[in-house]
Amino acid sequence: MTGTSSDLTRADVAELSRLLGSGEVSAVEVTRAHLDRIAADDGRLGAYLHVEDDAALAAAAAVDQARATGAELGPLAGVPLALKDLVVTEGVPTTSGSKILEGWRPPYSATVATRLAEAGTVLLGKTNMDEFAMGSSTENSAYQVTRNPWDAERIPGGSSGGSSAAVAGHLAPWSIGTDTGGSIRQPAALTGLVGHKPTYGSVSRYGLIAFSSSLDQAGPMARTVLDAAVMHEVIGGHDPRDSTSIDTPLARLADAAREGAAGDLRGVRVGVVRELGGEGHAEGYEPGVLARTREAIEVLAGLGAEVTEVSCPSFDLALPAYYLIAPSEASSNLARYEGVRFGLRAGDDGSRDLDEVMAITREQGFGPEVKRRIILGTYALSSGYYEAYYGQAQKVRTLITRDFSAAFAGVDVLVSPTTPTVAFPIGTRVDDPISMYAADLCTLPASLAGLPAISVPSGLSEGLPVGLQVMAPALADDRCYRVAAALEAAQDAARGHRLLDELGTPAGAA
Amino acid sequence: MSSISRSDVAHLARLSRLAVTDEELDRFAGQLDQVLAAVARVGEAAVADVPPMTHAVPLTNVLRPDEVTPSLDRDVVLAGAPAAEDGRIRVPRILGDAE
Repeated sequence: MTGTSSDLTRADVAELSRLLGSGEVSAVEVTRAHLDRIAADDGRLGAYLHVEDDAALAAAAAVDQARATGAELGPLAGVPLALKDLVVTEGVPTTSGSKILEGWRPPYSATVATRLAEAGTVLLGKTNMDEFAMGSSTENSAYQVTRNPWDAERIPGGSSGGSSAAVAGHLAPWSIGTDTGGSIRQPAALTGLVGHKPTYGSVSRYGLIAFSSSLDQAGPMARTVLDAAVMHEVIGGHDPRDSTSIDTPLARLADAAREGAAGDLRGVRVGVVRELGGEGHAEGYEPGVLARTREAIEVLAGLGAEVTEVSCPSFDLALPAYYLIAPSEASSNLARYEGVRFGLRAGDDGSRDLDEVMAITREQGFGPEVKRRIILGTYALSSGYYEAYYGQAQKVRTLITRDFSAAFAGVDVLVSPTTPTVAFPIGTRVDDPISMYAADLCTLPASLAGLPAISVPSGLSEGLPVGLQVMAPALADDRCYRVAAALEAAQDAARGHRLLDELGTPAGAA
Repeated sequence: MSSISRSDVAHLARLSRLAVTDEELDRFAGQLDQVLAAVARVGEAAVADVPPMTHAVPLTNVLRPDEVTPSLDRDVVLAGAPAAEDGRIRVPRILGDAE
């Protein structure tokens, strides 16, 4: 064995894959190292809602045994992973961060979970999240607060905040997150990770607990662009169990990441979106975030990219449109929690009828943000208001998509900050929905248009990570990986190490 | 554009099958009024001739072959139900006394 268990938890997936494939370390050693790290640090970080422990070690031992018998194993066999707790996993507790699903052990697995298991990865556990993915800080979890590994008094982003804290805190080498309005990209940006939201329809939604079905997508959260691309290739592609799944082969994503890392962006046209932090639109954006964004764009230009400013005027309406569309779809999707078939049932004393039991169950099972969104969605869909709110929001969605189409007629990718600010302190926005929603300002346009978008670290501001967002046309996810990998490689080379290395071993950790 | 009153919230909560408390009614009415004021900005968009977009992927009539495939095992499903009896999910009564 070449390193201590601490080294194994700091290795990226490419390195783990090499060590496992060459037999330098066993899958059990890798899994044990991560479980030890979880046992030591997760009391402080609160990233996991459930840890597999013995089951993970058993799965790892099975990989080692298969390897010992000379079985042909894929490159990811024995690599551990964490799944956001809305990815349904057969027999493994799945709550979506909600009390209404406490203790539920699903009878089937999501396609993304199945594909990762078939690749030989080892499930470490399920990560914390805002309840039903509604939030930008993970403070809406019904179970626990998750802390940012860079500063324990700050949020790790959300809704995939357990995943971001786990990967940045070295409690998992990578994780599946899900993104409805920014829930992969925003937590990745705030913790110094790479997070990619795939083209809508290119990763199966089968077995993802639904929030807003026309927006939800699962995607990778990892420490490097290449790792993210590798995970995306495992989970992506057509799935007949999801009727919105696109029946088109994925672009070559890992190749695109390697090509980008080679550092040549000549011929790539990069558009900087004025409405996302540009001139006249900088209100609410921190100067440090804008400075890192400008520097990252200069790096891309230095690699040969042709940079221009692009205007997408309808992006100003993305936030109000999203906060009508997503709650409307949620109010419908969450009707399935009726206390009858699975999950919580409360108040069933033999005298109350179904309606009363349902209302008591949902009152006890849902947290405040979920209730607010159900009520708002019900309002936006009610007769008399439908046209003014939901109908109007759907038309704005068309305008945003047209802005993207016009922009992509002249450029290959669009860039912006991923978030207007660095991670904010825990407790500062949780009772103020409007200020919480503003955290999604930059990520919402690509969500509404169904386009691929990645967040890649661009540096630190006041000691906290900042992310650059790279957006591309539908099914051109490879462009996101190429440009992100170019930035990552150039910045890593310039500073002599990865951004995440500056996190070091957190204070208080062994 | 409208605003949401306390009684509106109570009505919407009833439609949504949420037995909200008085304290929640007070809090949600204020918060939802703020959210509604913010999202009402969609009304500013000039969209008279713009078609609505429901979905990012224009797919229609996605069909699968009409073949029998395995479904979930009954006992497994019942194990996940909040109450089961005689091999079925037990449900609270659905009819009132007068019905």
